[in-house]
Parts: sequence; structure tokens; C-alpha cells
Amino acid sequence: MQKVRGDLLNISKLKVVFYTYRGIIKALNGVELWMNQGERLGIVGETGCGKSVTALSIMGLIEQPGEIIEGDILFGDKLLTSMKENELINIRGKEISMIFQEPNAALNPVMKVGFQIAESIGKVKNKKIGKEVYAEVRRMLEIAGLDWERTINLYPHELSGGMAQRVMIAMALSSNPKLLIADEPTSALDVTIQAQILELLDELVKKFGNAVILITHNMGVAAEFCDKMAVMYAGNMVEYARTTNIFENPHHHYTRGLLKAVPKIGRTDELQSIPGIVPDLVNPPSGCRFHPRCKHVMDICRKDFPPLVEIKPGHYVACYLYWKEGIKNANS
Amino acid sequence: MKLGAYILKRIFLMVIVMFGVATIVFFITHVIPADPVGAILGGNAPIERVDAMRRQLGLDKPITLQFIDYIKGIVHADFGISLKSSRPVLKDIINYFPATIELAIASMIFAVLVGVVLGVFSAIYRNKSIDHFSRVFSILGVSMPVFWLGLLLLLLFYYHLDLLPGGGRNSLFIFPPRITGLLLLDSIIAGDWTAFWDGLSHIILPAFVLGYASAASIARIMRASMLDILKQDFIRTAKSKGLSKRVVIYRHALKNALIPVVTIIGLSFGSLLSGAVLTETIFSWPGLGRYIVNALLVLDYPAVTGGTLFIAFIYSLANLVVDISYAVLDPRMRV
Repeated sequence: MQKVRGDLLNISKLKVVFYTYRGIIKALNGVELWMNQGERLGIVGETGCGKSVTALSIMGLIEQPGEIIEGDILFGDKLLTSMKENELINIRGKEISMIFQEPNAALNPVMKVGFQIAESIGKVKNKKIGKEVYAEVRRMLEIAGLDWERTINLYPHELSGGMAQRVMIAMALSSNPKLLIADEPTSALDVTIQAQILELLDELVKKFGNAVILITHNMGVAAEFCDKMAVMYAGNMVEYARTTNIFENPHHHYTRGLLKAVPKIGRTDELQSIPGIVPDLVNPPSGCRFHPRCKHVMDICRKDFPPLVEIKPGHYVACYLYWKEGIKNANS
Repeated sequence: MKLGAYILKRIFLMVIVMFGVATIVFFITHVIPADPVGAILGGNAPIERVDAMRRQLGLDKPITLQFIDYIKGIVHADFGISLKSSRPVLKDIINYFPATIELAIASMIFAVLVGVVLGVFSAIYRNKSIDHFSRVFSILGVSMPVFWLGLLLLLLFYYHLDLLPGGGRNSLFIFPPRITGLLLLDSIIAGDWTAFWDGLSHIILPAFVLGYASAASIARIMRASMLDILKQDFIRTAKSKGLSKRVVIYRHALKNALIPVVTIIGLSFGSLLSGAVLTETIFSWPGLGRYIVNALLVLDYPAVTGGTLFIAFIYSLANLVVDISYAVLDPRMRV
């Protein structure tokens, strides 16, 4: 076992692969991540960098043709990676809930939304779906800012994206989970609705005290919402720090590149893209997966993967440029 | 659109379809170079008798007039008089149809049960042995001709093993009650269990032969549809809620996956009715299919057109029921 660094979630050396006809996709390459209770963590990175795979690994929902081949996921004192399916069922939806990117597609098209929430509540509280459960459904719909009388008997196709996401939030929070994973919850929504949904999440999470992992490729959303941020690149965690540190003092060159590519009102310098392309994860680059795109590449970067080291208190970077500082910190 | 308006519209369309079917069947039977009068009277009948017969049957009129007369008759539910039995065709149809519908229903039950179960399991256990079995089962089902399969099964189960009867609806000295015309149902109503088991043993082989191809195609569609649904986002949601695998599959996936299968079931019903023509002949099943075949052999035009029209009518009706059941299964259809 690795050292325990957060009191809610500890992921160490997580490796996930997908077996495809094209070859083995090395989707996660030793992800390290940890968080405390009630904390809000943002995971950012480009499409395909492994954000969602990380989330699904936590849920225990990596299925054929994917497989966790190495690493541990410790949730509180429970080792999720060694749990069987029938034990995981009691964690999912109860202690860890999840909301998704396409809210309309995430709801079953042939079931009324009220029933879908009731199903969640019934499962968690181990109750038959009856009057009592439906009273709770109404309460959750109200909490999520919906008029329950109008929505409870609707089918998903009758809801707007924003309403559907509110339903998903009501469903996910109905068990008051310790951890809520929001996988790009606003990416498919209009900008104005995005703001409303984020506001709602913010308000509810404050009220209930749930920890949140917010997965996004939108740096602005992450900055607004999260206490801490983890930057992922091609299946690795490359930088992990408090949100302010990530924005004011990014260290990893990938993080720096990402921030340079964010448009902002009043910004006068040109937007810069990161040269090169996202690597193919069937044949990833050797050593640090970012090395082909890095201006400061050294010999060692091509050979070995840099470990995530603490370069300042609470600021972790996986890059050989800061390797010595990290070692010093670890020793002092 | 309200469901009632939708049904009305569909019934109107059905009338057009029926008119089309009547036209096609009428002309096909009347342009083939064969003479029903010759078939009835024999080749050596004197010419006066033949002419008298022609006049009697209205065959001396121009074909367009014959057609108009025919359509007029249909509108009044008069399919003409059978040349062979000299009874109204409609009476014959009502007499023979229950046997056909009973066979079709039995085949349908078999096809849906086997098809859905095989399809679901081969999707859940993809590329496992049940999936391979289902694949072979389906390929055989869609590629074996009904008459060949029927004869082989008769050879095995009747001739060699002597487990099942060789044809007909019931044994010689068993007289099932006739209430609705559906033998099995009537036996249950009358509480005549001897007749019931006898009827059941008679219907097994023809129902299997007739339903096999449908079971095969239902299994394939069910599998594809289930695999597609299991990949959907809402299945991931259901799993993330902590629902057990069983609930995810049977409550969340199955209802969605059944929607395309319902179409196939409706279409299958048509092939069951038309397949009945062959199956009934092989198993000497006293149904409408065999009635049409026998009518065809003696060039009994009114019986052929009437029987075909009636089957087309039942088929359209079945598809109407299918379309309505969509609305029940899929709330997105209820606009």
C-alpha cells in the first residue's frame, strides 16, 4: 500500500488498459490522486487524457474490454480495487454518486424521471418504492430547483438539458454521498444554463458537505468551482495543487501551455497552442509522455517517467525539471 | 396526434392497402392461362355446357366488369361462391381460419419466447457458448426451407421415434368441442383434457416448423438491439446508481431493447400467415393455408382471392396492433 495522503480518497499507481483490435490502449499510466472529505477537486486535461476513465475506475465501472491492471483505490478505509461486484453495489450511488455529460442521454428514455429518482432512493434506503420514497423524490426535485408537480411524471425527452441535469443532480445527491463525481456536467449545456447548474451544484454541495470531483476541460469552470486542481496528460497526473497555485504559479509545461490557451476578456497577448498533438495511447511515448511536445526536454525524460513530487507544500509536479527541488523538500 | 386520430388514419390506409391487394390477387388469378370451367367440367364437356357454366360464373363478361363486380361483392362482405364446395367463400374462410390463427399464435408464442430469451442471453454472454449456439440456431432457422425442415421432423418424430402425431389437428376418435374454433382454447373451456393434450401434441411440430424462422430473426434482432442498448449512457447511469446487474438488464435495458423487436414480431406475423400455406400442407393442418392451396389446384378463383385477401387483412390488422403497441412501449412515440 502507498502512503495515505487524503482522508477520503487515495488513488495510487492506477493503471488501466483497454484491449482493442488496434492494440492495447494504455489509458491510465500510474495515476496518483488523493482528496479530503468535503473537498472540491477539479480534474482537467484534454479529451482522451483519462479523466473519465479515472472517474469510472473510482466507481468500479471499468468493464470489458477495459481492465485495472495495477494500483489501488482507497475510499475512506475501504479498498475499492479489491472489492467484489456485490460489495461495490453498496458503495455506488450511496457513498459515491456520479453525474454525466449528456444529461438527457443519461436518463432512461422509457421511464418517468420521478421513478428513476425513486429507484435510487429506494436502493440506498433499502425501501420499496412507495409513498414514502416518492415524498423524498418530491423533496429532492424541489431541492434541485424543479417544480416537482410538473416534472415528476415527465419522460426524459420532455426535459431540456438543464432540467435533465437537475434531475441527475437530484438523483445523485438523494443519498447524500460522501463523494460526488461530476463528469463534464455542463459541457453539453448552453452557457447560461451552465452557470445555473454550476451555481446549483455549488449551493447544494455547500449545504450537504459532499466532496466533489469535477471533471472538465474548461479551465474557467474549474477555477470557479474547485479548491484543488489536478492536471492530467495522456494518462498521468502531471500537476496537483491548490487552484490558486495552479493558476498563479503553474510549473509543469503542460499546465503552462493549457493556461496560455485560455481566452480571457482583456487579455492582450496572443493565445498560444501547445505544439504537437496528443499522443496515441496504444503506442505512447517512452518516459514522460509529454516529452515530444516539451521545449525543455532532457535525456532522462525520454527514458523514465517522472514521479509526482512535492515541490512546495501542497504543490505536486511530475517533471524532471523540478525533480531536485522535490527531493530536497522530501528530505527536509 | 391523439391516439384515436392515429388509429383512424391507419384504418383508412388499411382500406387502400386492401384495395391494392384485391386488385393484384384478382388480376393474377384471372390472367393465368387456365380455365376453371374446364377444371370443373373436365376436358370433354360439350360446348353448350361450358358456355352455360361461363355465363353462370360471370366469366363471359369483360374482365373489367368482372373486377367491378368482385369489388362490389367485397364491399358487401361477399367473396363469391366457391367453385369447388359451392358454398360462400366467406363461410369457408370462417370455417378454416381458426385452425390457422391457432397455429400462428402457437408459433408466435414459441418464436417470441425462444427469440427474446436467446437474444437477451447471447447479448449478455457475448461470444460465450450460448451466443455461439444462438448464432448457429439462427442461421439454420433462416436458411432451412419450411417444407424440408417439416418433412425431416416428421420423419424423425413421427416415423422413427413415434413420439408425436404425423399430422392433422387431432386424433381420429377424439372429438374436441367447438366453441371459438381454437381447439386448445375450446378444450380448456370445456374442461376436456384428453382433447387438450391430444391437440397440444398435434400442434407442437407444425408450430415449431412455422415459428423457427421467426424465432431466429427475433433472436438476432434482440441480440443486436440489446448490445446497442447496453452501451448507452443511461445504462451507465443505472449502474452508477448501484443497481444490481439484474435490475440494470431486465428493468433498464430490456424494455428499451424490445422496441425494435416489436417491429420484427409484427412482420413475422405476416410470414407466419403466409408460411402457413406450406406448413399446413405438410402437416395436413385443416387451416386457411391448405384451403387456399387446394383451391388453387382446382382453379377455384373465388376461394383463392377470398382467402388471400382475408390473410392480407389479418396481416394489416396485426401491423396496426404493433404500431399501437409502440406507443405503449416507447413514450417518445406518444406525441
